[in-house]
Amino acid sequence: MISFNLFVLPFSLGLIYLLYMIARWWYKWISALNPNDKTRFRNGLFSPRFFSAVKEVFLESLIHRKMFKRNALMGYMHMSFALGWFLLIILGNIESRIYSTTHINPPYYPIFLKFFIHDKTVLWFEIYTVPGFFRFIMDLLLLFILSGLALAIVKRSKSRWFGMTRTTHYQLTDKVALTCLWLIFPVRLFAESFTDGYYGGGGGFVTQHLGNLLVLIFQEASQHIAYMLWWTYSLVLGIFFVTLPFSRYWHIPTEILLIFFRHFGIKPQAGHSSFSDVEIGACSRCGVCIDVCQLGVAAHVHDIQAVYFIRSVRDEQVNRDITLRCLVCGRCQQSCPVGIQTDSLRLIERNIFSGSLQSDFGYLPPKTPRQASIVYFAGCMTHLTPGILRAIKGIFLQAGVNYLFLDEQGSVCCGRPMLLSGKHDQAMKLMEANRQLILATQAETLVTSCPICYRMFIEMYDLPMQVVHHSQYILELIKTGKIPLQTHYKKVAYHDPCDLGRGSHVYHAPRELLAKVSDLVHVKNEYEDALCCGGSLGLYTLNPKKRNMVTKNALDILMANQPEIIATACPLCKKTFAKLSDVEVLDIAEMVYPAIPDKTQVTA
Amino acid sequence: MKDFGYSIRKDRQIDYDKNDKRVLHYLEKHEPSILTCIACGSCTATCSAGNFSDFNIRLVQTLFRRGETEPLKLEIRKCMLCGKCQLVCPRGVNMRNMILAIQTAIDKLK
Repeated sequence: MISFNLFVLPFSLGLIYLLYMIARWWYKWISALNPNDKTRFRNGLFSPRFFSAVKEVFLESLIHRKMFKRNALMGYMHMSFALGWFLLIILGNIESRIYSTTHINPPYYPIFLKFFIHDKTVLWFEIYTVPGFFRFIMDLLLLFILSGLALAIVKRSKSRWFGMTRTTHYQLTDKVALTCLWLIFPVRLFAESFTDGYYGGGGGFVTQHLGNLLVLIFQEASQHIAYMLWWTYSLVLGIFFVTLPFSRYWHIPTEILLIFFRHFGIKPQAGHSSFSDVEIGACSRCGVCIDVCQLGVAAHVHDIQAVYFIRSVRDEQVNRDITLRCLVCGRCQQSCPVGIQTDSLRLIERNIFSGSLQSDFGYLPPKTPRQASIVYFAGCMTHLTPGILRAIKGIFLQAGVNYLFLDEQGSVCCGRPMLLSGKHDQAMKLMEANRQLILATQAETLVTSCPICYRMFIEMYDLPMQVVHHSQYILELIKTGKIPLQTHYKKVAYHDPCDLGRGSHVYHAPRELLAKVSDLVHVKNEYEDALCCGGSLGLYTLNPKKRNMVTKNALDILMANQPEIIATACPLCKKTFAKLSDVEVLDIAEMVYPAIPDKTQVTA
Repeated sequence: MKDFGYSIRKDRQIDYDKNDKRVLHYLEKHEPSILTCIACGSCTATCSAGNFSDFNIRLVQTLFRRGETEPLKLEIRKCMLCGKCQLVCPRGVNMRNMILAIQTAIDKLK
């Protein structure tokens, strides 16, 4: 006979609805992949990448490894819910199959097992295994989850303990889903305890003892209270499942698909695609990106952070100003535990708001530069910092480098500013013009002073030559003995430019170089965690006053160990800092050049 | 008609009471920093695009104030958005957003 009671209906209907939604959306996303990505997806399913994806799902979606790295309490809280619930479902299913009296095992059966079965002594099972094994393990898992719930409640008021200063503002559906999620496990505990207590058996070390105690207090009423609680348990589960697709918890099924997409080599595109849709759904709104956003921390702009931006895209309420109000510094992307490429999502949306501007760069003259093996490209911004240009020219002269200054008479923009405004196609026009110019030199090495150009050359240009930032090139000159150096011991704080650090992963060359000419001091935010100078070309809609607040905040952190000089490797960072800094702001080239002894005199 | 080799020019008079200020009004709302422009021309002097062409970002300011949408549309197509103008501007005019916002405003006219 099938065990059934009316109260299983809310849970069952909720579950059916949730599974339908997951199947529907997964099908929609997978079938909307472009033909190439579809092939990738199909091939990926039958390759070792499938298993590496499963492994990541296990590590990230259940154990929450990245969360642990960020903060142990936060990691534990997430793990207890995800892994605890997962094991509860798996073991509950095994348990229900062992004690089941029929072969038909409906999905609700393991969930409400204790309601249906009170006597758990099955002779063969109890004899051949540890008696009470499941009763013990199920109670232990429930305690595990409840400990996470306790942490979640503490986190509401003490988010700092979890490494977060600010947390996300929730929407109504989030609040409903959250309340249900919090209720599920305490209600389960009491429903099971009352039942176990009333029937005098079937519970584990927690539920049985708590049950016995409760029955002492509530006597005969226990049976009715238990029944009521089973109804509540089913209801909160049902409501949770129904609200899940409209709340932050939608990230649970979506993130799994995202991990598979990533492992199968599917990448974001210039416009909206299945990949970006899945990323938007996979945002858990944990709010880790809120604390790292300098616009929020330093300039009190609280509506543009990745979590709110992604939510507004999902709800189709995004507007132009918010889309364009972002430094695109990549700090949120760096910190995102789900690994969402927030920058590319921002650019996709900017594309939509950039209007129908059809750039026309027909005026760019078809220049034919002379051929040279070493080509120097200053970039637009370096032309605004003559100090850097002088230093570079001086260093090249001392080292006897025979080079071609490609853009001495004016630069063709590398295309990144255009790309950051979301105009992918217009940026391609600039890139092509610049690329042809560079290719015509038949250079072996392209040196640039601007990290923005450097990143573009590496990421987008596909150049058949070595591309280096000047910090790397000068370091090479020193290592090969082309320029001698006198060491100075001024205290210097190094600022990692976004596009050189997070953007291109060049962290060590500038530091190695600076260590040769100065005394590097520690900065709180460095390497991947470096701050943006505030001058970012990614930011379009913010008044200069607030922009300065970002710069000032970054400066304060750089100045914490009282350096005598702030060094950077980007003309835009230099220019941005220089206007607000109390100490001298120098580019790396400007640090190295004065340290060269016995310079050959330059004739003007 | 007899071709005398000269013709009458199209009227270039701009009536500030009647000209099309819709782009200007959009900008006033979405990029108010344009109002602080003193027409010093620093932007134009440093312009990357101006290096290779007659692109004149100060002229852009003049054009939307006059409501000359057609030439404005053609002029902004030359901008590379590199942002040098913004760095040299003594008044903090947010020129990159100005260019993007002009296009948005023009799109809205249709």
